[in-house]
Amino acid sequence: MARFTVQVNGNRLAVESPPDRPLLDVLREDFGLTGTKYGCGEGQCRACTVLVDGQPTASCLTPISSVDGTSVTTIEGLAPGDQLTALQQAFIDMDGAQCGYCTAGMIVEATALLKRNRKPSRSEIVDAMNPHLCRCCGYRNILASVELGARASEASDA
Amino acid sequence: MLERFREDLGEPDRKELAEGPAYRFELDRRDWISSIGAGLLVSATGKVVFSPGGASAQVRPSQRLHLGEDGSITVLTGKVEFGQGSRTEILQAAAEELRVSPDALQVMLADTAETPNDGSTAGSRTTPSTIPVVRRASAAARELLVRTAAEAWNLDASELRVEAGAVVRAGNRFSYADLARSKGPASTVDDSVPRGVPLREIRDWTVLGQAMPKVGAREIVTGAHRFPSDIGRPNMLYGAVLRPPSYGAQLESIDLAPGRESGAVAVRDGEFVGCAAKTSYEARKALEAISETAKWRTVAHPPSEGLGPYLKRNARPSGGGRRGARRRESGGVDGALAAAQRVEASYEIPYVQHAPLEPRAAVAEWDEGRLTVWTGTQRPFGVREQLAEAFRLSADQARVVVPDTGGGFGGKHTGEVAIEAARLARAAGRPVSLHWTRAEEFAWAYFRPAAAFEVRAGLSGEKIVAWDFTAYNPGTAAIETPYAVPNVRTQYLPCDSPLREGSYRGIGATGNNFAREVFMDELAGAAGLDPLEFRLANLDDERLSAVLQAAADRFAWSTDKPRERNRGSGIAAGFEKGSYIAICAQVRVEGGSVQVERLVSAFECGAILNPRNLRAQIEGCVIQGLGPALSEEIRFAGGMLLNGSFARYPLPRFRSTPPMETLLLNRPDIPSAGAGETPIIAVAPALANAVFAATGQRMRSLPLRPRAA
Repeated sequence: MARFTVQVNGNRLAVESPPDRPLLDVLREDFGLTGTKYGCGEGQCRACTVLVDGQPTASCLTPISSVDGTSVTTIEGLAPGDQLTALQQAFIDMDGAQCGYCTAGMIVEATALLKRNRKPSRSEIVDAMNPHLCRCCGYRNILASVELGARASEASDA
Repeated sequence: MLERFREDLGEPDRKELAEGPAYRFELDRRDWISSIGAGLLVSATGKVVFSPGGASAQVRPSQRLHLGEDGSITVLTGKVEFGQGSRTEILQAAAEELRVSPDALQVMLADTAETPNDGSTAGSRTTPSTIPVVRRASAAARELLVRTAAEAWNLDASELRVEAGAVVRAGNRFSYADLARSKGPASTVDDSVPRGVPLREIRDWTVLGQAMPKVGAREIVTGAHRFPSDIGRPNMLYGAVLRPPSYGAQLESIDLAPGRESGAVAVRDGEFVGCAAKTSYEARKALEAISETAKWRTVAHPPSEGLGPYLKRNARPSGGGRRGARRRESGGVDGALAAAQRVEASYEIPYVQHAPLEPRAAVAEWDEGRLTVWTGTQRPFGVREQLAEAFRLSADQARVVVPDTGGGFGGKHTGEVAIEAARLARAAGRPVSLHWTRAEEFAWAYFRPAAAFEVRAGLSGEKIVAWDFTAYNPGTAAIETPYAVPNVRTQYLPCDSPLREGSYRGIGATGNNFAREVFMDELAGAAGLDPLEFRLANLDDERLSAVLQAAADRFAWSTDKPRERNRGSGIAAGFEKGSYIAICAQVRVEGGSVQVERLVSAFECGAILNPRNLRAQIEGCVIQGLGPALSEEIRFAGGMLLNGSFARYPLPRFRSTPPMETLLLNRPDIPSAGAGETPIIAVAPALANAVFAATGQRMRSLPLRPRAA
């Protein structure tokens, strides 16, 4: 057991944990942030994606020891208070969720994409999102959501 | 012909999983606190019962709608929401008949202590069965509102109408909340509403038929929604359960001490062994320590190699009953075959898995001998029965609550995770959350049946005159041909299955329609006709012809297209559970791999309830169908899966999504049927037929694997 400190959604949080325990488990079980999902435990579905210092990261494969002192953003921390980001709103408007279990990972990934590329092409979106599985196979609506989110983010930045 | 398969509409596929609880345990009240407040409960038959709310609110199975004194309106059904849009469409149905804004309503789903038993959420039954019941209950409440207002104001009910949730007349307003209050807290109202309360005509719909977005989407995009995996209870532990090293292996001995040394709860009860601890990490570590001491007796288990012949050798032609073999014959098939141009072929499909993104999960909590389990199952009341049986409880001592769940596709009919969580919680004396891993979900859930087919037909010119279809193990859905054939024999033979089988999107229809629709192409070739022309020439079902024609028109299907090397188009259609699908596909085949370049789907399920949700269902179902068509196949040997992980079991992804168009054919003159299953049944045969057009190689098994040129 060791003590690790992580800045989670802007709050400094500490946890006593074995060093190899997955970040995903710490977020869900210790910090109560259940918006981040387990899908496979092998980085193949990316439902567990969070931002570690801004980088999309599979939290199921990330030992807590490797994120000590970093800043982690989960789906719960994307927008302040009751607000929605333009991307979250776009996922509502374009039916980006069917069962919704993959949605948090999708939105976190797309948030990082739009941060580094304000006007991604359709194929750039597909490349960025392809590691994410949606078993409802709502891929077309998810792509449409990210495209709308990109346009809306740009409009609100302008 | 139509009569014959109409009778199948309400019948579950013979391959629907029906098992007792997963464990036989060696085991040795208080009223539910209802979350429903004071008000009126309205049943589908119009019976109204006053509900005082709170602990004494005994909800009866027929009670569909709760009108709160606080103005709340709650629709109650035992159906579940797994992403198919049931919550949204049920809300639309109630809002339509109550004449209220959808925003003024809530839908409470699948809580065995609060909602009626609507059976399993399966077989595309929510639309044709539950929606009409919700509409009737809502219309009954609306009539009661009008009648009560009329009495209060001394007017004729026919002069009054409900708008925006209230009767308004000459400055007076009488709302559903007023109705709830008017019945008085002490009285039990047993108003009977006149039978035959009119439902709103489809042409007058203002809420149903509209493109309403998913209810609850905000909670999804913020991460606030609690899926079964996310439910938390005070003092909750996390569990892990021991799995055998191979199918059929029996536990001979195990030492629990290494698990208990770490401070975890460790329990063995017959074949069940599990651990619970403060974190899932500790529970897994404790289980690993125990599992190293386990001794198993293994048994021989057949491999997936040679599965088709295995199924045929292990067919059970005798023994009827609801789950047994079935044979139907009309006309004289053998005579007609002897006199006709004969064509025959064999087909095979492997096991595939639903792989819902949320693996099975449950949270179980005991309170003075009463058990509550939150879990993602399509059969809440069935799982309650399993829990009651496993723990020797009465039905009212066990409660199952199904939060909106992360996908099912027919794969979550069972309650094993609920029973396991409950057993751990009992041992721990605290609530336990148990999540299956992806590896567990692959190996220990169940599979869409593998199957083999033998098909023979006789042609006379462009007409099919005899049809002889034998299906080994797929299930019975869509086993009857929708084509007009005078002499038909259809046989279904269940087989001893190496793997545990159960429902799936379309279940038996996926294999039956694959074999039939590929064979239809083979027959078209033998008859010297274009595949579309041949199908239309043998159809007298105008709805199936209509989807075929619509898909072909949009696709610009043409018989005189110049043939391009390695590129080809295929068509397939199908009918199941009251809905119709046709798909045209264009593929390019290169080095043995199939690239889908274009898909056009036409779908018809009667009157459309919500075009947004319908489109999402069809598109998702079609893309999901690309998996079994092109890449999915469960492989196993030595009693274990060889590819039970996402890394080894390729599923459709963003990059596999082709350019596609989806045509929704609305038929407001026909009652609505479900839509979540049928689209998948035309995907694989359309692609198989396209591969044939591209390469000349006839594809008779799945997934499609053309030889490299």
